[in-house]
Amino acid sequence: MLEIKNLKVEIDGKLITNGLSLTVPDGEVHAIMGPNGAGKSTLSYALSGRPNYEITGGSALLNGKDILALEPEERAAEGLFLSFQYPLEIPGVPTLTFIRTALNEQRKYRGEDEISAPAFMKLAREAASRLKIDNEMLKRPLNVGFSGGEKKRMEIFQMELLQPNFMILDETDSGLDIDALRVVADGVNYMRAPNRSMLVITHYQRLLDYIKPDKVHVLANGKIVDTGGPELALELEKSGYDKYEVAA
Amino acid sequence: MENIKENIDKETVKAVAELEGDKYKYGFSTDIESETAPIGLSEDTIRFISAKKNEPQWMLDWRLKAYERWLQMDEPHWANVHYPEPKFNEIYYYSAPKQKPELNSLDEVDPKLLETYKKLGIPIREQEVLAGVKGAPKVAVDAVFDSVSVATTFRKELSEAGVIFCSISEAIREYPELVQKYLGTVVPQSDNFYATLNCAVFSDGTFVYIPKGVRCPMELSTYFRINAENTGQFERTLIIADEDSYVSYLEGCTAPMRDENQLHAAVVELVALDNAEIRYSTVQNWYPGDENGKGGIYNFVTKRADCRGKKSKVSWTQVETGSAVTWKYPSCILRGDESVGEFYSIAVTNNLQQADTGTKMIHLGKNTSSRIISKGISAGRSNQTYRGLVSAHAKALNARNFTQCDSLLIGSKCGAHTVPYIENNCMSAVFEHEATTTKLGEDQLFYCRQRGLSEESATALLVNGFVRDVMQKLPMEFAVEAQKLVAISLEGSVG
Repeated sequence: MLEIKNLKVEIDGKLITNGLSLTVPDGEVHAIMGPNGAGKSTLSYALSGRPNYEITGGSALLNGKDILALEPEERAAEGLFLSFQYPLEIPGVPTLTFIRTALNEQRKYRGEDEISAPAFMKLAREAASRLKIDNEMLKRPLNVGFSGGEKKRMEIFQMELLQPNFMILDETDSGLDIDALRVVADGVNYMRAPNRSMLVITHYQRLLDYIKPDKVHVLANGKIVDTGGPELALELEKSGYDKYEVAA
Repeated sequence: MENIKENIDKETVKAVAELEGDKYKYGFSTDIESETAPIGLSEDTIRFISAKKNEPQWMLDWRLKAYERWLQMDEPHWANVHYPEPKFNEIYYYSAPKQKPELNSLDEVDPKLLETYKKLGIPIREQEVLAGVKGAPKVAVDAVFDSVSVATTFRKELSEAGVIFCSISEAIREYPELVQKYLGTVVPQSDNFYATLNCAVFSDGTFVYIPKGVRCPMELSTYFRINAENTGQFERTLIIADEDSYVSYLEGCTAPMRDENQLHAAVVELVALDNAEIRYSTVQNWYPGDENGKGGIYNFVTKRADCRGKKSKVSWTQVETGSAVTWKYPSCILRGDESVGEFYSIAVTNNLQQADTGTKMIHLGKNTSSRIISKGISAGRSNQTYRGLVSAHAKALNARNFTQCDSLLIGSKCGAHTVPYIENNCMSAVFEHEATTTKLGEDQLFYCRQRGLSEESATALLVNGFVRDVMQKLPMEFAVEAQKLVAISLEGSVG
């Protein structure tokens, strides 16, 4: 469960997130929609601890723990996963080596034993076949030379192997064709569980046809300005964000 | 004679008073009767060195000829490195060891240095040797084989195989015909300013001869040389692999080497005859100076191999993490038909380090081939240049070269430059060149950290990924150490 209260975030002295409050209970999927520049990506980076995103007020608790005081890698080990809008290339490091090293560091933080190589391989093979990821791709350096769609699929693959309890999907649908979108959405839905919750950031209603949200929030001018059920997303698709921008 | 030799083999310390200030005012005597040559360079200095080493007349003549030549040469400035010009007349070219401040225990050693030893997994006893603690054994021994008797056993095994492995001073006295036949035939006396200086004043070094048809039974390492103490700033190495022989030679040590000599100008000559193969691996971690580059070592080395025989092969592998200024190009002259030259390099520069390094592959014979893989990592405010020459003589029919130069930049204040020269005078030669530059930035690092990797392990992972193909070329036990070394050299350089 994630509880954000009155969060304020500045970048280079400019206030972007302005008193945002939001609670995502266990097992729920919440969507965040909003116009360009509303602060959607800022929210995901601030929660995951990207440097230069300065928290100037408010709090964020993940399962009751103040995550804003933690290093990015500690937040990850506490169960926070961010699927990047633009995943980065990691040259020279084979995909599986990267994920296994990350997983073991997380486990070490939590006081768990390292996962054995065969156990990890088994999980990796299963996840890869669900996400239609080629074995050859897993041997290649992570994301290097991958297409936009492949990178997004690789984000979901990492998510499945790292087993987080809170996921933020930042515009995971951008750059995906309809078939890839379905594969990615299936992967995300596979992860839905009573002890896991999710924040889906998107511009378009389209993704929400595949990943059904429990709630939809509208983010404008750095705060949540409206909240509703899945029907709100359909409404936004028709009417756009104009009324929120005027109101603010 | 033993006595003299011992003195020679001990750390021969020459000061660059100008560069390091007052530190070197002490511990020297100008009394000729003692073990110190007069300051500066003159014919007398060279006669003095030669006499101290009990050298035959031909060796003295050779040195003097080089000196004469050197006087007419100017220091070169074409490399992309900047440093104050050494004052050659203020250097001690031969001197009794300067008394290191004697330490009673490791407690007195710089804690930073100890931490590095610890990270490299160096046993306590060897740490004491390296740090110069009172009462520590005088012979540097390998971490794995930490006893002198083991080293002695190795020597016995080598001599049974007919391999000659000794100091170059010893070789000059004991095997003059071999030394005379090969010394200066790969790197001529007048080759370049620093090589010529080395010819005149070289302090000591290593000599290896592998007889016909012999596969050297072990990796030869400077660790195992009985007199493995510091050979001074003008080291000279000569390795000859006779027909159908094989040798693998390891130079250097991953432990940080502190040395009182600021200027190092070594010469390494390799000769491979018909069907012979030499693998020469270097791990160099000399003191790079502090964060501001002060006090680091200048490493101006001339390393060259002559693939003299048909189907001979020489492979250079180097991991360079140390020195304030590095200037070296281990090269191969591919003279014999079907000879093969290889150069695999990892160079890491951090803080204010500068490195201008690369190789030359000179194709003279028919069907010769060469391969160059260079990985440069620059961090901090350091600057690195890959400089390589691949050339084919008109008669080098079907010569082939493949070159790959990759640079990794860490942070935004460092520099990487690639300067490949290609001179092809042969229609049938085929040269290929590939180069990439990658920047390891904060974004990548944040991505890794979001997945749960700490800054340190993310850097190690990325860097090791980058250098992997070259690491695989190092002998096993060296590779493990070198990998750790690269990670340590870059600690704290990201973000």
